[in-house]
This record gives sequence, structure tokens and C-alpha cells, in this order.
Amino acid sequence: MQATGRLRGVLPGMMAKPSGDRSSDRLLIWLVVPVFIISILPILRLGFEGVMVGGVPSFDYFRDVLANSSTWRATANSLYTAGLGTIISLLIGGAFAFLVALTDIRAKAALVFCFMIPMMIPPQITALSWVQLTGPSSALLNAISMAPPMGSPQPLYSAEGIALLLGIQHASIVFLTLRANLRMLPREQIEAARLAGARGGRLWWQIILPLTSPGLIAGTAMAFVTALGNFGIPAMLGIPAGYQTLPTLIYQKLAGFGPSVLGEVSVLAMLIGAIAICGVALHHRLLSKRDYRLMGMVGRPLDVKLGARRTLVETTLWAVLVAILVIPLLALFTTALVPAFGVKLTFANATFEAFREVMFVQPSTIRAFQNSFVLSVGAAVTLVLMCLPLAYVMVRRSSNLTKLINLLVEVPYALPGVVLAIACILLFIRIPVIDVSLYGTLAIIFVAYLARFLVIALRPVMNSFTQLDPALEEAAQACGAGLWRRLRDVLLPLAAPSAAAGALLVFLTAFNELTVSALLWSAGNETLGVLIFNLDDSGDTVLASAVAVLVVLVVIVLMSCFQLAARRLPKGVVPWQT
Amino acid sequence: MADMNLSRITKCFGDYRAVNQVSLDIADGEFVALLGPSGCGKTTLLRLLAGFEEPDHGQISLGGQIMACPESGIMISPEDRNLGIVFQSYALWPHMTVARNVGYPLEVRGLSRADQERKIAEALDIVALGPYADRSPSELSGGQRQRVALARCLVMEPRAVLLDEPLANLDVHLRETMQQAFLDFHRRTGATMIYVTHDQSEAMAMADRIAVMDKGHIRQMAAPETLYREPADLMVAGFVGAGAVLPVQGVTVGSNGNCSVQLGQSSITARICPKLADGLVTANAGLCLRPEDVWVTDDAPLRGQVDDCVYLGGRFRLSVRIGVDQILPVYANRRARIGEQVGLKVNDGWVFNRMSGEAA
Repeated sequence: MQATGRLRGVLPGMMAKPSGDRSSDRLLIWLVVPVFIISILPILRLGFEGVMVGGVPSFDYFRDVLANSSTWRATANSLYTAGLGTIISLLIGGAFAFLVALTDIRAKAALVFCFMIPMMIPPQITALSWVQLTGPSSALLNAISMAPPMGSPQPLYSAEGIALLLGIQHASIVFLTLRANLRMLPREQIEAARLAGARGGRLWWQIILPLTSPGLIAGTAMAFVTALGNFGIPAMLGIPAGYQTLPTLIYQKLAGFGPSVLGEVSVLAMLIGAIAICGVALHHRLLSKRDYRLMGMVGRPLDVKLGARRTLVETTLWAVLVAILVIPLLALFTTALVPAFGVKLTFANATFEAFREVMFVQPSTIRAFQNSFVLSVGAAVTLVLMCLPLAYVMVRRSSNLTKLINLLVEVPYALPGVVLAIACILLFIRIPVIDVSLYGTLAIIFVAYLARFLVIALRPVMNSFTQLDPALEEAAQACGAGLWRRLRDVLLPLAAPSAAAGALLVFLTAFNELTVSALLWSAGNETLGVLIFNLDDSGDTVLASAVAVLVVLVVIVLMSCFQLAARRLPKGVVPWQT
Repeated sequence: MADMNLSRITKCFGDYRAVNQVSLDIADGEFVALLGPSGCGKTTLLRLLAGFEEPDHGQISLGGQIMACPESGIMISPEDRNLGIVFQSYALWPHMTVARNVGYPLEVRGLSRADQERKIAEALDIVALGPYADRSPSELSGGQRQRVALARCLVMEPRAVLLDEPLANLDVHLRETMQQAFLDFHRRTGATMIYVTHDQSEAMAMADRIAVMDKGHIRQMAAPETLYREPADLMVAGFVGAGAVLPVQGVTVGSNGNCSVQLGQSSITARICPKLADGLVTANAGLCLRPEDVWVTDDAPLRGQVDDCVYLGGRFRLSVRIGVDQILPVYANRRARIGEQVGLKVNDGWVFNRMSGEAA
């Protein structure tokens, strides 16, 4: 490792040279084609659709959509909710990151774990649980007789309500990037500032904050782009209030008019994609001006002793967690226990009937569990099988082509889910050449999942191949082992933990997915995310809550598995452990 | 086992010529060290031999069989060359036991279980790790891991063993033990060994011949003592061993490869490089003096001023300034004051062309 590192230092790009291994070059071609088809082709097709009207190039769709006042109202609403939500994320996530990374508070691991749960819980469940918490029909508030009177408005059905939940949902994104940045902060730079006489506020404003600004900027950009593409929260809170953001506008158009409005919605999808790209571009621009090479020993940069205030800080942090996580989930759980929506919950009438109903009686919920399970397991297994050879070629035979792939696989994940969903509909409603339609089948959701989650499965495996000493493979080569034999005997066993982690992450994300499937589902092909949304929409709030509680349980169990396995996994695989 | 021939090998990375027109012949059973500063191309040369890199020009052959020759489109892949390689990072597979690590080449070759086990046991005995067969590599020390890597090479009966800075990760005390282990291994097996290192004492202690590399070229290939006593150019003289190269004038070639040169006010007898003696171009002549060739005596005509004095344990190393800017390291038995005038008696020296090799 040191030898190659040194060589790399002397001769930049030297390791990037392919050696005379022709079988891996052939392998590359076989991998590039499927990646291109699932990641790039749909997006290209989307761009094509917007500028073609009835087979001739035209900007009619653009003119119609951009002239429509609802487009601009939804755009403004999207920017407002995402922007306000990002500020809330920044405040909550930033405070947690600084306190966890730089002070001596106790039980940090437990705090971080709990703080990550909102990110892993699907947004429509977050919305559902908060709606169950507030408002006149809240089972929890009714049980303790604190509910507002019947007929009073639900405060969350508003732009600020959407922004608040977006803020809570994505606070962990800011937290993660900022904490990663704080961990890289060399201790000497802080110590040098202190020796120079900086203390207190001056140390924070003039040294720590500027040094962590790359993390803050990256976290802010990611939280903003994610909030912009969020569908679950504005759908659950905005649609009842008649408040539209771009993703919900697209959904409502497509749900109302079907594939006839595809040209129009593809322009809307491009609009939201363009805003997301602007966010990412601004982030890169800001970061490129702040190329702080942090040199020196990485260690705990500051170990602020909070002293007497420690208990107060700890209590506040846990209180925030209880407020944003525990109480809403409790509200969700109580709603799932009432015999009928709006009935006051007592110990006598609490019932698990709703759970029995969704797990064993209702065919649609049973089917949704099956569909989501098949889709997420299928996506996880397929992606890992694809990613092992792909990551190998990308890390070991790096070339301009693999660098391009490295960027392209990010696109379907970084773009808002509705954009990918529309793109998939356009491409697969009638596949060119073979003339088969995937629209209205489970297969189209499956393909969209492959595109969207490819990068989630790929990164851990690439990570583990990058950390692997190339000499391990070369030693096997010198022993006479050919490419497949080396993959089987040496590379796969060593990359297996990361691949498993990647698969588990894909499973976790796909199991709860709503945005993509909300546009791609059809009768009989519902996913869990869609089901919760539909049940709530049709007034079956108790059943929706029961399904949501089960999903949250699955999330927490899987996250705990990760936590337990974290020590055996390579660095950077478990998303909340940096 | 086989001899190795490299003829006019060139390897470029972009515009950078990592290995430039290198020709090298290594005899069967020879222990050759490739020595040079980092970035000199020695590791690239080793990787070319192993087949991990493909040369841009030239030809590599092994036991008369061509391994790589881009001109005729031949490139035998590493897995078909039957060469053992020992890496600086050991490259033991952490998910296999010591025995399976060692036996992997046999597993690939499809030997029977019984044969595998017998050969693994033999190989582990040679490196004195028999009792460790069922351990995992992470339970071994650095030196033990390197011995496992060596056993893994041995078991496949390679045509040659390539070693890429195998001691660089080990601490100083372990290095000497491991040097002995490599030498024992070489004597027992008679394997051709090619050893890459940037540490000249390591190369001198082990190798039959050393190839000194710099900027992609081989500057000199010779036995260690020849390299030390008769460096071919300024780079080799500076890189191998301590001492100084002083520019000298007034070279008078004598008989038996000797000459006399003027150094300051005194005349010195030294050996002279035949190439320089034949050409009689003495304008760029340099005198290479090793510290042990110069004695400090009070009555010598050559005088110098002590610039620095360092105790080495048992003796002192003085840096003596002769004239204006020529510093000569010498050994002395007593401490000297900084600024003190001392006399120097030169017993031996080597005169060569300071400018040779620079043009290449």
C-alpha cells in the first residue's frame, strides 16, 4: 500500500494505466451497456420528449407549461418549502453535529443512532405520524384530553408545516456531512489558534466555522436538493390544503390525466431537475473556492468540557429527539390502536385489530407487503451482483470511460424521484425495437429501482476495493490465478461484507420507497409506500398507521443489525458511522 | 529456475519514461538487487518482469522463452509466467489461514490434497513457521508474515523470486534477521532472486550483483564491492556508500591502473577508471574518497579545517573543509574542535569521469 501510494505521488495517473489484462476490458463492455440502459437512457428519453411534439421538434410543451401560472406557483412553493426546510435542517443538524463532535456529552453513539432514524423512516410516514400528533383527531392528544376542538384547522396542512417536516426529515443529512468534516479537522489547527490567543466566540467564528464550511455547504446543498425532490411530505400535507409543489403537481397531473400529459409533465420534470442541478452546481462553485487542505494529525480537534452545563445540554438534545422522533411515532402507534378513527383511546378499547387486518386480512396490504418485499430483495440482489464486477473494473482499471460511469450512476439518485419516474414511463411505455410495454407492471418499478439505487449498492463495494491493497490481487495473479479465479477466491470474500451492507441499504431504501412508485404503480402492483399514501388518502388512517408502524419496526430492526455489524465492516459503509 | 534477459526495455506513463532503454542479463540462481532512489523506475522494472505492466518497447525473456515483446505482440500474463513475488505489504489474504495462503498456488494448479499438504508443510518448515499453519495472517508478526509470503513463493517452485522492498515495513532489528532469512532461502533453494530496494546497505549485504538505477536508466551493474570501490559515475558514487567526490586537476596516468592527482598542495596516488585512462580526457575528472581511505594525522601536508564532528560510537566522523568549498567526511579516533586545523593522509581513491552518464 505504501509502495503504490508513493508511486502515485511521484507519477500521477500511473496506476490508471490499464495493464495487459484483456479479459477485464471485455468485462467492462458487458457492464457498461446495462448501466447505460438503466441509468442514462431514461433521462435522455425524457429530454427528447420535452422537445418533440407529435414527432416533430417543437417548444410547444415548454411554452404551454411555462405560460401556466400553476407551474410558477408550484415552483415558488417548492423553493419556499425546500429553502425553509433546509434552514431548519441546518439549525437542528448543525447543532447536533457540533455538540456531538466537539464536546464531552455522554452516550454519543445512542444519540447519533436515534438522530439517524428520521432519515431512514419514509417521509410519508413522518408526515402521517405528525398529522396524528397534531390536529383535532389526534388519538394521542384525545387520549390525554388535550386535542384542539373539532373543526379547528390542522396546523401542519400549510407551507410552514411542510417545511418543518422537510427540515426534520433531512436534518441528519446536514449532521452526517458536517460531522464527517469535523472528524477530519486536524487538532493542531485549533491548538495553534488557541496558542495564538483565540478563545470562545472568536475561536468558533474565525477558525472552526470557516474550516467546517465545506461540510456545511455540502450538507446544505444535499438537504436542499433532497427536500426539493421530496414527494411524501408535500403530498400528505399539501394536497389536503390545496398547496402544490412541483413533485405533487406532476403527480396530480399524471394521476388525473394519465399518459396523455406525458409531454407536459416531462417539461415539469426537467424544470425540477434543472433547479436540482443549479443547487448542486452552486455547491460545487462554493466548494471550489474553499479548497482547504486540512493537513496534520486528525484527532478530536476540541474537547470542550461543558462542566455543569453538560446535563442541561444532554437533556436538551434528548428532549429534541423525543419531540421530533418519539412523540410523533407514539402518536402514530396510538392511532394504530384505536378501534376507529376519531374514537378516544382508552386502555379498554385499545386493539391490535388494525395490525391483524393489514397483515392477514386485507388482500391489498398483503399484496403491497409482498410487492415491496420482492422489489427490494430483487433490487438488492441484482444490484449487488452487478456492482461487484462493476466496482472492480471501476477501481482497478480506471479509465476515462469508468470515470464517466462514476458520474453517470449518480444522476438517477441525485435527480428528484419524480424525474426518474417520468423518464422510466417514457422509455418503457413502449420499448423501442422489441415493442414491449412495461408500463402498468411491477417490472417498470423494478427497473426504476435498479437505476435509482445502483449508486447506493456501488459505493460501499467501490470503497472496499479502493481500500484493498492491489498487491493482494497481484499475489494471486503471480500464483497463476486467472481473473475469474481471483474474483472468486480473493476479491469476493474480501468485498463481501461491504456488498452485504450495500444490499441491506438498498433493501432498506427500496422497502420504503414512495416517490418513484407513486407514479409507476398500477392496480395489483402497489408498494408499501404507495399503500400508506392511498390508505390515508381514502380515510383509512388507522390501517395506514398500522402499516406505517410495521414499516418503522422493520427500519429500526435493520438499522440495529447495521449497528451491530458496524465493527466488521470497512469504514464508510454504515452511513451514520463515519 | 531460469536466467532472465531484458533488452532495451522502455515503459512510459504518459510522457514520463519510468524505464528507459534498460538492458539487463541475470544468470540462473543469481541474487540481483535493483537499487535506486524513489521514482527511479526500479519497482516499474520489477512489475514489468512480473507481467503486471506491459513494456512499450523491448523484449523480456525468461529461460530463453519470450515473455513480453510489444514489437511482435507477445505478452504472457503474470499468471502464466510462474514467477514468485514478495510484496512490501506481504499481500497475504486475510480470509485464508497461513496454510491456505501458502498452498494457494498449488490449489490453482489443481494438485491433489495430499500433495498440497506435503508441499505446504515442507515450505513452512523452510521458513520455520510449521506450527503456525492454522493461524490467520492477522495473528502473525510482520516478520512472520513476510516469511509466509516467502513460503508461498517457494511452494510453487517459481522460475525466479521477485521481491519488492520486502523489508520496508519492518523495524530495524527485524530487518537484519529477515536479511539472513532471505540469504538462507537463496542458498537452500538456489532460486534466481531479484530484489528491489532503496536501502544500499540492504542491497550490499545480500546481492551478488547490484543494478543502480536513476531516472529510468541503469547507471551501473556490478558486484557490491566493485560498486563501492569503483563507481562508474557521480550518481553511483553519491548514492552508494559515504564519502565525497572532489573535482581534481593534473591527473597523471601511471601503470597498473594507478594515477596521481593534485589535491590542494599535495599529490595523491589513486586508482583510475580504465575508460578515463584510455580517453585521457581528464578535464572532468573526479576523485572519489571513502571515509576509511583518509586518515587524520598531524604531519600530513594536506590540511583542512574541521566543520563538524559527530560521534558514531567507537569513532568520530569529521567533516573537513579543504580549500573553499570541498567537504570531506573522514573518521577520527578523537574528538576535534570545530574550526581546528587537521592534516589528512589519503591512502586510496578512485578517479573517474564526473560527467559520464549525465548525457544519457
